[in-house]
Amino acid sequence: MNTTKPGGISRRDAVKWMLTAAATVPWLQPSALAADPSRAGTSPAEPQPAAPPIEPLPSRDGYGTDPDLTKTYGPGDFWPLTFTPEQRRTAAALCALIIPADEHSPSAAEVGVPDFIDEWISAPYPEHGYNRVTILTGLRWIDAEARRRFSRPFADLSESQGRAICDDICWVPKATEQNLEAAGFFAMFRNLTAAGFYTTPEGMKDLGYVGNTPQASFDGPPEAALRKAGLIA
Amino acid sequence: MAIVTAETLRDSYDVIVVGSGAAGGQTAYTLTMEGAKVLMLEAGRNYDPVRETPMFQENFRAPLRGTGTPDKPFGFHDATVGGGWKIAGEPYTSASAESGRQFTWYRARMLGGRTNHWARNALRNGPYDFKPYSRDGLGFDWPISYEDVAPYYDKVEMLIGVYGSNEGLENTPDSPDGVLLPAPKARVGELLAKQRVARLGVPVIPLHRAVLSQRQDFQRIPARLHPNNPRAQRILADSMQGRAACFWATPCGRGCAIRANYQSTTVHLPPALATGNLDILTDALVREVTLGSDGRADGVAYVDRHSGTERRVRARVVVLAASACESVRILLNSRSPSFPNGLANSSGLVGRYIMDTVGSSVGGQIPLLEAMPPHNEEGAGDHVYSPWWLYREQKAGKLNFPRGYHIEFASGKYMPNQYTAWALERYTGGSYGRRFKEDARRYYGSFIQFTGRGEMIPNENSFCDLDPAVKDKWGIPVLRFHWQWSEHELRQAAHMQQTFAAMIQSMGGSVIGAVHEDGRRAIAPGGYIIHEVGGARMGGDPKRSVTNSWGQTWDVKNLFVTDGALFCSNADKNPTLTIMALAWRCSDYLLEELRKGNL
Repeated sequence: MNTTKPGGISRRDAVKWMLTAAATVPWLQPSALAADPSRAGTSPAEPQPAAPPIEPLPSRDGYGTDPDLTKTYGPGDFWPLTFTPEQRRTAAALCALIIPADEHSPSAAEVGVPDFIDEWISAPYPEHGYNRVTILTGLRWIDAEARRRFSRPFADLSESQGRAICDDICWVPKATEQNLEAAGFFAMFRNLTAAGFYTTPEGMKDLGYVGNTPQASFDGPPEAALRKAGLIA
Repeated sequence: MAIVTAETLRDSYDVIVVGSGAAGGQTAYTLTMEGAKVLMLEAGRNYDPVRETPMFQENFRAPLRGTGTPDKPFGFHDATVGGGWKIAGEPYTSASAESGRQFTWYRARMLGGRTNHWARNALRNGPYDFKPYSRDGLGFDWPISYEDVAPYYDKVEMLIGVYGSNEGLENTPDSPDGVLLPAPKARVGELLAKQRVARLGVPVIPLHRAVLSQRQDFQRIPARLHPNNPRAQRILADSMQGRAACFWATPCGRGCAIRANYQSTTVHLPPALATGNLDILTDALVREVTLGSDGRADGVAYVDRHSGTERRVRARVVVLAASACESVRILLNSRSPSFPNGLANSSGLVGRYIMDTVGSSVGGQIPLLEAMPPHNEEGAGDHVYSPWWLYREQKAGKLNFPRGYHIEFASGKYMPNQYTAWALERYTGGSYGRRFKEDARRYYGSFIQFTGRGEMIPNENSFCDLDPAVKDKWGIPVLRFHWQWSEHELRQAAHMQQTFAAMIQSMGGSVIGAVHEDGRRAIAPGGYIIHEVGGARMGGDPKRSVTNSWGQTWDVKNLFVTDGALFCSNADKNPTLTIMALAWRCSDYLLEELRKGNL
């Protein structure tokens, strides 16, 4: 059997693809980043102690096989969150750079996406452990990069400063070899930001989603859609 | 009568039905409508879709945006509760550590079983599908033909409500007039596929799905299903009037609180309970069928999951409808001096020749579907599909594999989820910022996925037996799976990949990911499609089958199997409709034998 296929992808295959996609981006080695003195410090004039290692999550249960499906939930309801206030600020700044406010919808930072990313990397399921290391290491790297290049935390950069860093890491095939790991982090962070944002009411509206409302009939595509697809002249 | 407890059980019933899904639901429905006193045992908990289905819950109000996890593999809001690929304390094992030889087993421990979340694809087997050995010398023929089952397909389709159309295509049966409900219109992506893949010779027709595209005809159908039984007609008419038509808004996999699609809990069980002839005991895990001194089954022994204690209950007839592999497990665990290798297993075939479906998918991005004007595409799953079409080429020896597959489509603007704007950098060159938001709008709904569902031929190396060492938390021996695809399935899966890639290209699209030429990489693991059938196959010869053509075991005449374990072959058609048709047919025979005093 199979189930609904949002976005044209069955859940079953989507998970498979997600894992494949994750495997194609370079593994972000926390040790490699921490070992590079040019990246580990903040500003050159202010040497920092070596960053502590990213601890794996303690083993704990998830929401189980029989949670109450009729209730609504938010991040933190089932397992504790991870972000420190600093990590949260960095994550929010990056969310806002990836999905800023425009005339259609607010920014990802304004609709709780950093909390979703925190929930995601704090989840006690196997795939999330991999994402956790990548995200936490990447947030540390991007903050260190901001301090190295602009002598201030990433969250305090101007938009153009932030974009200067992101431009270097926004696409794995374009990244320099020394930025490959950071580009892998950025790809994952962008995916999670989009996942968090486009599932919110504001994000769904932005995409023009109009379902989930009872209809008297299924009318099929309107003429404008048929024309767009070249099915009618 | 209703949901009972171990304390309020009767001393004895006419029939015990083990399992409450497609087979158990249909069996209990047929028997109780005709007056038999039935006890249904379900291993999982009671489940009420009307109260429990999260119809409109949005993903952002679910943990992890509703994305699947090991606890809820098909997503947080999926209807399956208390089940999945793994159930705590109730393992199964694999005989081999080799990749490609694993079988994964999806179980739903809940009232209604897997019918609560199934895909609702309701295809009939065709005439060829009951006589596959006669056509190509592979596998086994069934002891029955399409004509034997056709009247029951008619009945099940009318009872549960199936939309679709009659197209007169080879080995793709039409239903009689007035049986099917109208097919919904196709979505724009489905229409585009239909127009473009025609040049490849691939037909695209309305899918048959167990969803009410309009309300059922409660004045006409009950009399057709239950002639000369006014009480059954009245009960069914009441139940049908309690079902709403689809309102084209939510995914069927969550279940349906308005009872617009088929699940045992909304379609079979309410009228069966209304007869007053059905008791349902949940959280009752059946360990074995018990035998009387006369060699007849006299009831079952089950574990009460609340107390952990073992109890017994008696009946004149026992029906196993616990799902193919669970029914096999019960038979193998029912050992006695007269049946040292398991009950009804004098043929040695219990657990043998289990089959799943050959599954493979390719997805693509279709520029013509980008930036579509907003309109509703929710409701009732896929609206079209492609039945197997290469009969002539296969007969002419142009294909390197036997049997066929059908193609399921996935296209539409569904409620955004984790994957809606995931990994878009393939198309956007790594955009972020305002450009990313424009790209997300453009690409939303521009993806299509083709999924093959193909026939697996039963083989000697795919079976299950009892693990000699491992027991579940109740101390009951668990199943051990042995699995191996043959070249037939692997070549078919590779063919699927080439076909789907060509279909995507014909739509002007680009394929996502690799197109596998190696069937081993193309095929989904055994069990993954959740179409496992076989293990207690029916037949005409007691030495070469477990039951007769009515699901009655050769060895114990008051013991029946009415689920997918009976299958002699596993056509590309999704098995659920056939499971229900056979269960109804077997139950009719059982009732007749009861009336004659033969049981």
